[in-house]
Amino acid sequence: MKHIVSLLVGMAAGVMLFCLGLVYNPFIADRGVSPLAVAGADVITLTFSPVPDETIVYTNDGESVHLPNPVRVQQLWEPPVRQTTAAVMQMRNARGEPAGLGIKFGSRSESTRLLRGDVIQDSAWYLYLPEHGSLFIHQSEDYWPFLRDVAFSAWRNSANNWRGGWFGDTTAGPGALGTAAAKGASGELRSLDMEAVESLSVKAFSTDIGLIAAEGRLVIAMPEDEAAGEVD
Amino acid sequence: MIRTFLIGIILGAVAAAGALYAFPAVDQEREPSLVSVAPNGGNIEMFHVNVPMDRVLVGAPSEAGAVPDGLEWPDDASLVGVRTEMFKIRNARDSVVGIAARTTATRGDEDIIDWVLHLPARGSVFASMESNLREGGIRDGAIRSGSREFSSLGGSLTERWIADTSGDEDAPQGRIELQAIYRGQPERLADEQEAVE
Repeated sequence: MKHIVSLLVGMAAGVMLFCLGLVYNPFIADRGVSPLAVAGADVITLTFSPVPDETIVYTNDGESVHLPNPVRVQQLWEPPVRQTTAAVMQMRNARGEPAGLGIKFGSRSESTRLLRGDVIQDSAWYLYLPEHGSLFIHQSEDYWPFLRDVAFSAWRNSANNWRGGWFGDTTAGPGALGTAAAKGASGELRSLDMEAVESLSVKAFSTDIGLIAAEGRLVIAMPEDEAAGEVD
Repeated sequence: MIRTFLIGIILGAVAAAGALYAFPAVDQEREPSLVSVAPNGGNIEMFHVNVPMDRVLVGAPSEAGAVPDGLEWPDDASLVGVRTEMFKIRNARDSVVGIAARTTATRGDEDIIDWVLHLPARGSVFASMESNLREGGIRDGAIRSGSREFSSLGGSLTERWIADTSGDEDAPQGRIELQAIYRGQPERLADEQEAVE
């Protein structure tokens, strides 16, 4: 009997050790500097607030940590869209002035592999920027570093929250260098194939209500052989 | 007993790793794609939006019928003339399969009408529409880009408003019908091959 108890306790300890090893896995390296930061291409820099309360509209299945905004927005409860979020945000340029409108759809990806430290979201942006035109961006985002450094830290905290400074690129593909693919549709961006990188800067997070203070950044790099227009 | 405990640790770790490997962390619900073959090549897929049931958002400056209630549309000069709508989209069996956004804007003398269709289990499609309607109230557009399943596809997207004439009490006012025709984009030949030809 005591051997069975010992085995079960050992198994529980093994599962816990495995989970700790997963979180603190030294073989899962952070991506480091954004490839666009060293590319030298002309870029459009946009900022936005990913905090649901600060968006124009934010909706999901209604049962997630982040609550829909406004309260009466239709929720995505049907099974094919239950793991999807949709948000409409005001985009600002690098000087903090209004620069246009951004719509973001994000869905949990089946390419998520916790063993490899990949927590993937497939997302698509539509941007309308009166100064430049409209464009579409699609990307895979990896939220593992955010979950490990911010959400897990908040979960360990007795008050279930985290304060500090965390910055990281969430874009992980489909580009070979971990960049998103962007396609211009109108204005000076018409027909341009571009690259983009989205990043997240978090100052406060709670496991009960999600993001409290955070800023998102989207950097769109013009093709190097194109004469870019105005750049922020 | 210590040895049993150590064996338990190994077993527990292996079981946890095996469980993570065997059971996917994310499993998206899929509706079967209802696709037919187009007469002149390509595949046709129909989507529709029941109005007003499937409306998630109607946003425009100083618009009385904004959806949802409590929407605070930015009072920003750069967004004058911009109208954004967001819908749930349904397949031919009337099942919700995704979500879509339609944005219209006027930029100088350019009219912009863009659709983004997001189908969580499959990918996203981006299409730009023409400003003029053709016969039958149909608006044509071209698929400009896509992700995942749609990344190598081009083709066209048409939209059409069909008003409800059933007179049923609980019937929608009408529906927006979207017809996507997907065509594979021809692969670019290698430079040497192009030179030979």
